[in-house]
Amino acid sequence: MAGFLTLLYKELLRFWKVAFQTVAGPVLSALLYLVIFAQALGAQARVFDGVPYTAFLVPGLVMMSVLQNAFANSSSSLIQSKITGNLVFVLVTPISHFEFFAAYVLASVARGLVVGAGVLAVTIWFVELRVAAPLWALAFALLGAALLGVFGLLAGIWAEKFDQIAAFQNFLVLPLTMLSGVFYSIHSLPPLWQQVSHFNPFFYMIDGFRYGFFGQSDFPPAASFAVVAVSFVLLAAAVLRLLQTGYKLRS
Amino acid sequence: MRQGEFFGLLGPNGAGKTTLINIIAGLARADAGSVSVMGADVVHAYRRARRLLGVVPQELVFDPFFTVRETLRIQSGYFGLRANDAWIDEVMHHLDLAAKADANMRSLSGGMKRRVLVAQALVHKPPVIVLDEPTAGVDVELRQGLWQFVTRLNRDGHTIVLTTHYLEEAEEHCGRIAMLKAGRIVALDSTKNLLASFAGPHPADLEDVFLRIMKRH
Repeated sequence: MAGFLTLLYKELLRFWKVAFQTVAGPVLSALLYLVIFAQALGAQARVFDGVPYTAFLVPGLVMMSVLQNAFANSSSSLIQSKITGNLVFVLVTPISHFEFFAAYVLASVARGLVVGAGVLAVTIWFVELRVAAPLWALAFALLGAALLGVFGLLAGIWAEKFDQIAAFQNFLVLPLTMLSGVFYSIHSLPPLWQQVSHFNPFFYMIDGFRYGFFGQSDFPPAASFAVVAVSFVLLAAAVLRLLQTGYKLRS
Repeated sequence: MRQGEFFGLLGPNGAGKTTLINIIAGLARADAGSVSVMGADVVHAYRRARRLLGVVPQELVFDPFFTVRETLRIQSGYFGLRANDAWIDEVMHHLDLAAKADANMRSLSGGMKRRVLVAQALVHKPPVIVLDEPTAGVDVELRQGLWQFVTRLNRDGHTIVLTTHYLEEAEEHCGRIAMLKAGRIVALDSTKNLLASFAGPHPADLEDVFLRIMKRH
């Protein structure tokens, strides 16, 4: 247990020591998205009934930041440790594969939530935001961050170079978040693209989180939560198995 | 390897020394056979085996996010030791690291980083210490300080396993030596016996012995 707590502390300290890059940077990006999209689309975009576009946008940006940063934390930490070789300091200790998994995922959740809270803190001044179902919002933020933390761990285990992590980020995480309904309600899409969106797991996380604010969503929140929970369980089982066998970590 | 001895593992590059150490440390899996550290199987009882073992890796690796003291505290924590500062201070003192305790790892010279690697392997007071080429690229002063410290640990009962390409170091410190070539042990005896068995009109040194054994196999 103490080994797990130390690894968790180390992972938290790692991103906190460079908070300007890991927290302030993503918060600024989200703020820029808000300003630009709200200015460009604010008047024309139609989303939920009675919800102004800028208000609609804020929870989407918060959740997008939570997810992207949760992924970035575990993936970048693990690939850095692999490439610089200092992962050996953890691998020679009595820390079990489950403790290793839990420490990396929890640190990812923490970074996701810290960045998400930061985005909310700076964007909330631009909109009037109510929180209709805070527990749903919290549940989706926690589970979504955990899912992306596990996905980041998978990417970090598999990748051998920094550019492979960048490929995960640029060709999977970024497009899937951008196309998940952060900037629009999928009901404004043609029927075909609405159907396609239902195959994007990020859609359920963004949509469910947004339900926590407005009490309305494109998909029932309980069903969205079930999709995210099942995705988490399946991915976690796969990653735990990889860690147990030492795939690409122990030769 | 026997408990309490100073054991040398010698062999040319690619002989399998580091692979063997990696198997002992759980960094690599053996295709066949088993390894135990003081009775703890490194696969089935890995938690106990790793608590008994301290490994100084060959590569000069470090975590650039932390200071020397943070690095050593974190390493202690991995082994479940939370209030370990007295021992950390003692290890730093013996390795001449005390003045650099609050320096970031990035700012240290190669020799200093090597000292931190040794300190990291010792934070949990392991009874078995594996040193994989600990003096590669290290200045004379550190080499002497390191050998004094390691010899003292051995006298206190710690088992030391050493790989090195500096054969005079092995000759001076190791009580027994195994020579590896292409993954096989080609010689295993006490240093005294190895030297005696190759002595001609003049006493042999370990370098002569090593070269002749390697040529023979």
